[in-house]
Amino acid sequence: MSQKCEFSFPVEGENFDDAGKVSVEIKRLLKGLGITGDILRRTAIATYESEVNIISYAWQGTIDVRVTDDNILINIQDSGPGIIDIEQAMQQGYSTANDRIREMGFGAGMGLFNIKNCSDGFEILSEINKGTLLKILINR
Amino acid sequence: MTLREIADLLDARVLAGEKHLDTEVKTAFSADLMSDVLAFAKPGSIMITGLTNPQIVRIASIVDNSAILIVRGKIPPDETITLAEELDIPVLSTKYILFETSGRLYANGIIGCVRKIEGPGSVIPL
Amino acid sequence: MNLTLLAEKLNLKIRCGGDRLDREVSGGYAGDLLSDVMANSKEGDVWITCQSHQNIVAVSVLKEHAGIILVLGKEPDKNTLEKASREGIPLLVTELSGFEAAGRIYNLLHP
Repeated sequence: MSQKCEFSFPVEGENFDDAGKVSVEIKRLLKGLGITGDILRRTAIATYESEVNIISYAWQGTIDVRVTDDNILINIQDSGPGIIDIEQAMQQGYSTANDRIREMGFGAGMGLFNIKNCSDGFEILSEINKGTLLKILINR
Repeated sequence: MTLREIADLLDARVLAGEKHLDTEVKTAFSADLMSDVLAFAKPGSIMITGLTNPQIVRIASIVDNSAILIVRGKIPPDETITLAEELDIPVLSTKYILFETSGRLYANGIIGCVRKIEGPGSVIPL
Repeated sequence: MNLTLLAEKLNLKIRCGGDRLDREVSGGYAGDLLSDVMANSKEGDVWITCQSHQNIVAVSVLKEHAGIILVLGKEPDKNTLEKASREGIPLLVTELSGFEAAGRIYNLLHP
């Protein structure tokens, strides 16, 4: 039977207390759909990093997850400052995080690198002072 | 080693997940940077960190860590413990520093869960 | 135990300060939060970290560490390397994880 399922979560910028809450919930929902192992893990890591990115750098955003028989497509749309140099932002170790973010254990410049590493398909579209759209595809 | 043996070896306090003390642990990953845990930690490994905020529990849940071991005698806030019970992640706290903790565990057969670093493979643009 | 021997045993790559590897390593400290390393590490420690930005050099100089080992295949950025060379802090790198590096060094220092 063909299965298709969609869910969407809002994420608030600056709300570090709740960082990861949405991703833990997404992981639980995906597990309920029978997704397990490496695919579940990679999806969870990609959504977690995306969630922390919104909290650290954007004003607000949404994480949309669409699950089909073949794949999991995650769209992360934020309204925020945007990314000036995407290529630079993709580099391992590059970060614009402030000390506050770093002392919480984030901002090591691994986020986008991690997300790409977990994805089978990946794209970033960003507009300065408007926001960023991140599309992540993970094959089942 | 079981979590119980780890707790004994390091005089660690068990702050959550008492019922999981017989869980067997073979590998470890240590970091104070959570992005590194997300990038490199493997399922079943014990996360060793000096951080105590609730984020460490959510990350352990995301990467399927078997437990969290907090070093340097830090005691996490109540929210961390509550969340750990809720997400069923054992939490231990030892007074030893990370260097000493790593050394003692390594001497008892625990190995790092990652040996070599690999970059991203080929990823298609959408 | 000095850094030359540690580098040899763990197959560490030397990025700078190669002329100061005869320093005695009296202990080790592993950690990535600069404030914590500032507070708790000791003189003569070799510092094991995955932080590669230039602030690590100042911490190491102030605490009089024997040297810094960057783990997980991280490379020092240009500023870090320049500062470390100028300050005479040996900087070594390894593909080992922090746990593995700390585990092995501890056991070399405490046979």
